[in-house]
This record gives sequence, C-alpha cells and structure tokens, in this order.
Amino acid sequence: MALKKFVVGCFEDEKVLFPAVAKVRKAGYKFHDIYTPFPVHGLDSAMGLRETSIHTAGFLYGLVGTTTAVTFMTWVFTKDWPVNIGGKPNFALPAWIPITFELTVLCAAVGMVLTFCYICQLAPFVKKHTFHARATDDLFVMVIECGEKTNEDELKALLTSVGAQEVNTQIAEEGWWIGRYDQEQSLYKEPNIA
Amino acid sequence: MSKQQFEISAGYKKWTNALLGVGILTLVLGFIFLATSKEELNQTRFWAVLLQNSVFFLLVVNASMFFICATTLAMGGWQMAFRRVPEAISSLVPVFGVLALVVFLGIIFGHQYGIYHWLDKEHVEHDPILKGKSAFLNPTFFLTWTIISLFMWSWVGAKMRKLSSQADEKMDKDQSKKFIWTNTVWASIFIVFFALTVGSTIPWLWLMSIDAHWFSTMYSWYTLISSFVAGMSLVAIYVIYLKNQDYLEYVTEEHLHDIGKFMFAFSVFWTYLWYSQFMLIWYANIPEETIYFKPRMQGVYRGIFFLNLITNFAVPFLLLMRRGSKRNYTTVTFLAVLIILGHWVDFYQMVMPGTVHEHYTLGWFEFGILALYAGLIMFFVGRGLAKKPLVAKYHPFIKESTIHHT
Repeated sequence: MALKKFVVGCFEDEKVLFPAVAKVRKAGYKFHDIYTPFPVHGLDSAMGLRETSIHTAGFLYGLVGTTTAVTFMTWVFTKDWPVNIGGKPNFALPAWIPITFELTVLCAAVGMVLTFCYICQLAPFVKKHTFHARATDDLFVMVIECGEKTNEDELKALLTSVGAQEVNTQIAEEGWWIGRYDQEQSLYKEPNIA
Repeated sequence: MSKQQFEISAGYKKWTNALLGVGILTLVLGFIFLATSKEELNQTRFWAVLLQNSVFFLLVVNASMFFICATTLAMGGWQMAFRRVPEAISSLVPVFGVLALVVFLGIIFGHQYGIYHWLDKEHVEHDPILKGKSAFLNPTFFLTWTIISLFMWSWVGAKMRKLSSQADEKMDKDQSKKFIWTNTVWASIFIVFFALTVGSTIPWLWLMSIDAHWFSTMYSWYTLISSFVAGMSLVAIYVIYLKNQDYLEYVTEEHLHDIGKFMFAFSVFWTYLWYSQFMLIWYANIPEETIYFKPRMQGVYRGIFFLNLITNFAVPFLLLMRRGSKRNYTTVTFLAVLIILGHWVDFYQMVMPGTVHEHYTLGWFEFGILALYAGLIMFFVGRGLAKKPLVAKYHPFIKESTIHHT
C-alpha cells in the first residue's frame, strides 16, 4: 500500500511490442506488468518472468486432499464407526478411490484459485488501478515501475523510440488497497515525490 | 539446416539386424521345442505368446494412424512438423496384420482349444453360455471380421499416407482446400471404422474371448487406450531419435511437450478404465465376474498385476507431471520405453491367465518374440521414413506447426 510512480507506454501491435520489450529489458528497467487484450504466447519469457510455481502449490494441495480423504475414511470406517457393508472389509480401499480422487481435485483446484488470487492481490473490495481504459480491449499497455534512480524523461524517450503510441506517467496505489470504485473517482493525490 | 531425407545409419541397421536375428532364432527354437512338443502346455504357451505380441504390436502401430486421423479431424496443425513419423509407423499395419492373421489361422486350424476354448465344438454343445454366444464366437465370423478389419485399416491407412505425399509439392489455395477436405473425409472413414473395430468388436474377439464365459463392457476401451498410449510412446521415441540425428528441423521442445502430454493424459485415462473395470466387479462381487480377477489378484499373477499399475500409472503420473520433464529428451525416452514395456506386460496378463493358467514363464521365448517385433518395427519404420521427405513442406497447416507454442 504505497504510492508509486509508473511510466506507461501503449502499443498498437504485438509485432512492435516484442522488440520493444527486448530493448526496454536490455536497458535495465523493471516491468511492473504488460496488459494485453489477449494472452500473448512467449511474452512471459520475453519479459524475463520466472516460471510460475503455482503447479507445485497445486500438487501440494492435491496431496493434502488425498491424505485428508484417506485418513478420514480410514478413521471413520475402521476406528470410529465400523459397519459391515456387503461383507466388504472395513478397510475397503477400492471403494474410497472415487472420493479420494474428488477431494484431491477439489483441494488442488480451490487451493490454486485462492493462491492465484492472493498472488495477484485480487479479492472482493480490493481495488486495482487501471493504467489505460483500452488495456483489455485493443491496446498493449506496458507499465514500468520507476525507482529512485530512474530517469523519467530518458525512459519516456526510449519508449517513444521503440514505437509506443502514447507515453505518460502515472502515480498509483499498489498492492492490497481497499476502496470502492463507485464512490472514489479521484483515486490518488499527486504526492511530492520530487 | 537439418537433414531433409532420412538415411538409415549403420548403427540403426546393426541394431535392427541383431534384434531380428535374436527374434527369428527364438521363433525357430520356439517352433521346434514348444509348438511341435507333445505337451499341450508348451503348444499353448507358444501360441499364447504369439497372440499377445502380434495383437499388441498390431494395435500399437495402428494407434499411429488413429492419432493422424484424430488430429486431422480436429483440424490440428501442431503435429505437422513430425507427422511423417506416425505415418511411417502406421505403414506397418499391413505387415503386422498379416502376421496376426497367420497366428489366428494357426490357432483356429491348429485346434488350439487352450487359447480359445469356444473353438471346441463338442464342448460348446454342452455349455449353455458359450452356446448362447456362438453366433458371435465362431471361426467363420471371427476370421471374416478379422480380415475385413485388417483390410480396412491397411487400405484407408495407405490412402491417408498417399494423400500426405501430395503435400510435398506446391499447392494453390483451392488445391489446399480440396486437400484438407479429402483428408477429412478419409480420416472420418477411418475413425468410424476404428470405433467399430478397436473401440468395440476386435478386442472382444481377439482377447476377451480367451475368457469366453466372462465379459466386461470396459474391456475394449481399456485395450484401445493401452495400445494408444504405447503408440504415442513409440512416436515419442522416434521423434527424439530423429531429432538427435539432426532431422526434423521444425520440431522443438513445444512439440515434444505435447506428445508428453498425450503420454501423461492417456496413462491417467488408462488407469481410469483399469479401475472402473476392476471396481465395479470388486464391489458387486458376483462369482462369474470376479473369476477374471481371481488368478490375477490372488494367484500367481499377483506380482505382474500390481507391477502393471506402477509402471503404467504411478511412474508416468509422477514423473511426467512436471512441465520440464515433458521437455526433457532423456525423461521422455525413459518413460516411453517404460510405458511400452508396461503395456506389453499388461497384454501379457490379459492373455496368460486364461491360456497357460498358473504355469506362466516370462522366459527366453517371451522376450525373444518381443525382440522379434522390436526388430520388425525398426526395420519397417526405418524403410518407411527413408521413403519420403521427413517434412511435408507444402502442407497447408505447416506454418501452424513451425510457430507452435504451448
């Protein structure tokens, strides 16, 4: 929850975007994000993002589901309330496989969704700053975070030279930030950064 | 620039000849010591092993054509970079078809009641269940439907391969459209016929009729997926081999990743069918159904039965789950070999308990015949690959494959 300064460059075409990403990255700037109207294959590796570890988390959640299902049913059917069902043994593993499978999938799926929302800082009433109204429509919006040493004018000039149609600076809240869209029109105050 | 035209290397030839040599020697020795032996058990073992191998490998190579036709119907383009590989593998269908037919003729006209006990006419007369099934389980229908199936797979498969050759020459837009349409039509003919044969009747006739009193509605799907996942593994092995020899310039990790996904997904699907077949029978616990699992789960086949579940499910599931491992040549090769051998053993436990009963041996003859079929695959696939350029350069979808990204 801190106000940060961002330089935003808008691109019309992904063919222009890719070389631009390479050049901006080479110049050593830090991407905040790139907002695209559709999933662009290969953009993540071009930006130098590391591979997500959400699948590892998914595997662990699945494991939790499997363990929960097996231990709970074992406890219920062998210790807590053993019932003779059709002459089957109390520890009737084949009969439990469907439930174990379902609980594994459920835990993995729900766990991954929640983790994803947490990492992306998405939750009800959490507000996100929109850098450009066309960002999810037909514009590729590259957002670069400014540090203390970033020369804003130089960065803007670089973005223009690599083909950005529109370049501007925005100061926005970042991170977990609770507010309401319908009531707050003015999202931030211009702070005295300089 | 990679090489365009496959040439059989000296090392490849050496391995092919070695495997074929071992295989043919085994077959001859098997014929002398087992087939013509006085003991009925030896004869049964000879024919059962031949039946297992000829059916398994025929279905495995036929799975390549299924893969081609399914992707054609789905308008898939990603597989174009390596499509000539499953094409070359599927060119084995007529060869293995004839071999399988010879085995069936040997079993039927050699009166091998140990394999198919419904062949024994006198026995069927006194057996109400087999008598009820005799309209389906009789030599005439068996052979007629087998020959029709083998012919259709070979003929439509050959047609698809011939069509593919058109893509070696330049096509204009109208020709391309017509080309795709013709491919679609022939692929749908193959798929429909494939569903009627491998998807249902053929496994009933060839394998399920070994335990003729027993039946399972899952059986054909189970056999189909078993052979399909092994077929995809065979494709993976050849793609990696060719890539290592500097062929197939358009194939990247992305393509291998998708082949790996097929191996992963269908290993899981195989387990789903395996379990569905098992669980319903286990739960209902009706003697005429559980008889199938009695020797497998509680008899001498217990080890093989559970080994099967490890090699065909647990290991591929855990090792192929990671993204990186589907892109790694070594891991995919290792798992492909494991899956093929695993499903070979799967077919082994489908055939043996009903034929040689508790006297099973996994010995020189079984592995020798495995070597024979491996040699035959290497020999004919090598020839098939060398016949055509490895990439259909002017296929309308080739661009989609070269820029493929998962």
